[in-house]
Amino acid sequence: MQVTKELVGYVAELSRIKLDEAQTEKMQSELGAVIDYMDVLNRLDTDGVEPLSHVFNITNVMREDDVKPSYDRELLLSNAPERTDETVIVPKTVE
Amino acid sequence: MEITTMTALEIARAIKNKEITCADAVNAVLNAIDATDGKINAYITVCREQALQKAEEIQNKIDSGELTSPLAGVPISIKDNICTKGVKTSCASKILGDFSPVYNATVVEKLEAAGAIVIGKLNMDEFAMGSTSETSFYGATLNPWDTSKVPGGSSGGSAAAVASGEAVCALGSDTGGSIRQPASYCGVTGFKPTYGTVSRFGLIAYASSLDQIGPVAKDVADCAAIMDVIRGKDVADGTSLDVEYPEYLTSLTGDIKGMKIGVPTECFNEGLDPQVSAKVKEAAEVLRSLGAVVEEISLPFLDYVIPAYYIIAAAEASSNLSRFDGVKYGFRSSNYDGLTDLYNATRSEGFGDEVKKRILLGTFVLSSGYYDAYYRKALKVKSIIKDHFDRIFADYDLILSPVTPTTAPEIGKSLSDPLKMYLSDVYTVSANIAGLPGLSVPCGFDNNGMPVGLQLLGQRLSETTVLNAGYAYQQATEFHKARPEVK
Repeated sequence: MQVTKELVGYVAELSRIKLDEAQTEKMQSELGAVIDYMDVLNRLDTDGVEPLSHVFNITNVMREDDVKPSYDRELLLSNAPERTDETVIVPKTVE
Repeated sequence: MEITTMTALEIARAIKNKEITCADAVNAVLNAIDATDGKINAYITVCREQALQKAEEIQNKIDSGELTSPLAGVPISIKDNICTKGVKTSCASKILGDFSPVYNATVVEKLEAAGAIVIGKLNMDEFAMGSTSETSFYGATLNPWDTSKVPGGSSGGSAAAVASGEAVCALGSDTGGSIRQPASYCGVTGFKPTYGTVSRFGLIAYASSLDQIGPVAKDVADCAAIMDVIRGKDVADGTSLDVEYPEYLTSLTGDIKGMKIGVPTECFNEGLDPQVSAKVKEAAEVLRSLGAVVEEISLPFLDYVIPAYYIIAAAEASSNLSRFDGVKYGFRSSNYDGLTDLYNATRSEGFGDEVKKRILLGTFVLSSGYYDAYYRKALKVKSIIKDHFDRIFADYDLILSPVTPTTAPEIGKSLSDPLKMYLSDVYTVSANIAGLPGLSVPCGFDNNGMPVGLQLLGQRLSETTVLNAGYAYQQATEFHKARPEVK
């Protein structure tokens, strides 16, 4: 598997991470090495094997719909980088 | 009485017998931090005032007979990816800034209810991604046995603090070996429970299907006592198991006669340091002399565990870490143009290189066109690995191996060869892939005086077997009692 500069750029864009030229080159070489190494999995025949997400077969964990108080708004907002009295501030989302 | 060399259970007993007070215990730990943390950097945050105040409260409850838990009054330190209400929780990352959670992780709630006193928050690899604790935004933690060496990672602060006496005991988290490997490098005892045994609510997620919180302590008995407190079903974590849990501490009998232990030949092949190999084989002989049946077994899938692990872990990380966007909490870049660029700039400035690399890797293996070849393939390999372990555990109680191929490497050596660093997780990641409990106990020293660790793995939910074997080993040996002089 060839990891190109374009592929690194595409994946970085999907990841919402900006890379400069030098970082892109470094990632290209490091990701290339790791992905190359991962190709050893191709030596293993997995035909007919079902993928396994969780080792315990847990599905649809339900609980009672109890009404409980929410966290205090002021406390939550105290962690916000930019805020008003009642909400976080973000740049304009719709022109 | 030298409090910093006492175990958690010894401290609690001394408090109960009125030989020392909770404040004595807390002060002893704070003094140890003052004396040596400038050299090893195990802590990100120390809760001095809060801990002393809590010590008084807990002392009153012990005196009045209201608190009788085996951990009442014991100082404990918490890895900085576990949420502590009102106390900065950084994951050792710039992107969380001065984030201060509005709730406690379930494990912290349970420990405080049992009378444990939180001393502070421990250094780690950024977002628990690393094997050396060098990627912390707050500077590397150093190994108390030799400060030119790494303490391991990602729970390097937890292991270094317990080894140096800066913590009586600690919580770490283990996604691919992050409790067991630093415990091994620092000569302390670390336990990763069965997946689902301990609630992950309040653990800042790295790879949710692999992450598990567990104890780092001076010996197996302390680990068992902490497990008795933190295990259990939690409605806030849908993957926590609703089963009947045994009492771990009281199940430690030290009797392992007839226990069947498999030693995989593949774990002793090339790549393993001969000194580590020798110490681990000696440890196997100790267990044999205690009545265990020790036999060679095979793990033919060992070549596949690292790639499968890194694909799954990176995939889940890329999803979990998408929440860090500079909007609701933590760091926000001051240099952006519009909303998308706010995300881009914040994440580019806020994440370190190793974290970025794993996010990119995870995004790649999940992306259209590569999903089947990498992510889906890794989940199939996971299924094969789990089935193989199930077959082994039909015949054996435990699997014995080294924790790591070498003792602690020098600072700066691992990050320059990332693939080599990833490969050093080869003995530990299987436990996370198959959800198994895994214990790391000290089993000797190499020629440079650096600790070597022994790993014991058991079938899912066989914690009592794993802990009891480690306990039997520690009853017969003294390696876990050795302490470094921090220079």
